Amino acid sequence: MPKVKPHRTSPSLDMTPMVDLAFLLVTFFMLTTKFSPEEAVVVDTPSSTSELRLPESNVITISVDKDKRVFFGFDSDKAKPKLLDYVAAKRGVSFTPQQRAEFANLQSFGVPVEQLGSFLNVEREQRKSIKQPGIPADSLNNQITDWVVEAQRANREAIGKPAYIAIKGDGNADVPTVRKIIKFLQDKNINRFNLITDLETKPTALK
Amino acid sequence: MAEIQQKADSGGKGGKKRAKKMSTKIDMTPMVDLAFLLLTFFMLTTTFSKPTVMQVTMPVKPDPKDPEPPAIKASNAFTILMGENNKVYYYDGLLSSDTKPELKLSNYGPDGIRKELLQRRSNKDLVVLIKPDDKAQYKNMVDILDEMNITGQKKYALVDISKADEDLIKSSGL
Repeated sequence: MPKVKPHRTSPSLDMTPMVDLAFLLVTFFMLTTKFSPEEAVVVDTPSSTSELRLPESNVITISVDKDKRVFFGFDSDKAKPKLLDYVAAKRGVSFTPQQRAEFANLQSFGVPVEQLGSFLNVEREQRKSIKQPGIPADSLNNQITDWVVEAQRANREAIGKPAYIAIKGDGNADVPTVRKIIKFLQDKNINRFNLITDLETKPTALK
Repeated sequence: MAEIQQKADSGGKGGKKRAKKMSTKIDMTPMVDLAFLLLTFFMLTTTFSKPTVMQVTMPVKPDPKDPEPPAIKASNAFTILMGENNKVYYYDGLLSSDTKPELKLSNYGPDGIRKELLQRRSNKDLVVLIKPDDKAQYKNMVDILDEMNITGQKKYALVDISKADEDLIKSSGL
């Protein structure tokens, strides 16, 4: 009778499938990840039970911080250079090619259009230390409306549909500032707004 | 390492020369460590969740040629006034020079204004007038609009506060 040899299993196990999977996931996350853009201003949004999500691109963001400063941001690669041209033409300001290139990288800003050129000349790292006064938004010098209206126009020409307008207000911002912006835009026949909020769970027990 | 298995020349008799068997396996542990480290990093830094938005559609600016919209009946009106320091007041009906509705104080909690709205839900024609005070916080406005969504109140309007409303708050002493 042949001796039955005890089957020796090697202590090392085949890790190949696991490595495959791990690298697959790494690749996936590396490609999908999008680092959150740096914001010009800290805005602590209030929470609501709304479950609608903000779209990825073509979003005009109007931020209002707790000091009533108004910031404008526009997320669109195609329409952004045009936007600067339109606003510059409307306000009688001109920008150098370098400033225009910088503007394309600017996420959001809060300086009057007259100061935008010199603001864009500043190195990106140093910009953070500049205290931005906010975009003028009153009936005398209503620049925020110009920015929004021109952004809509640029977006319509570039993509064929209007951009999404999102208002990002700080929880401690006051209502009159936000209402004022809404009113200005209503005057321009822009009636649909989206208030950016944090998600909060919906209360279940409703009697 | 690619292996070429060398055949030991089996010609020789005496010497048991075996091919030195090299394992085809390489130790993958450091690579796996690295892969998982990266995986963890990207999983944690990635921001999938876009912020949520609350959609607000404001009424279209009325055309001067259009006929005046019918006035709201006092029995269908419910007014919410938002004051400073997270205070919220409400009253039924409309405020006019001869009628002074009773102003009540409430809060933004689940037992506050939401209860009142739910009680009035049976009235299908109810119109909620939301009037933020100049000192009201933006957070309060979002909260009230959110209450409208929670209670399923379809008809509501964001209106500017009037002088009479401000006086009502002052005189009520709440």
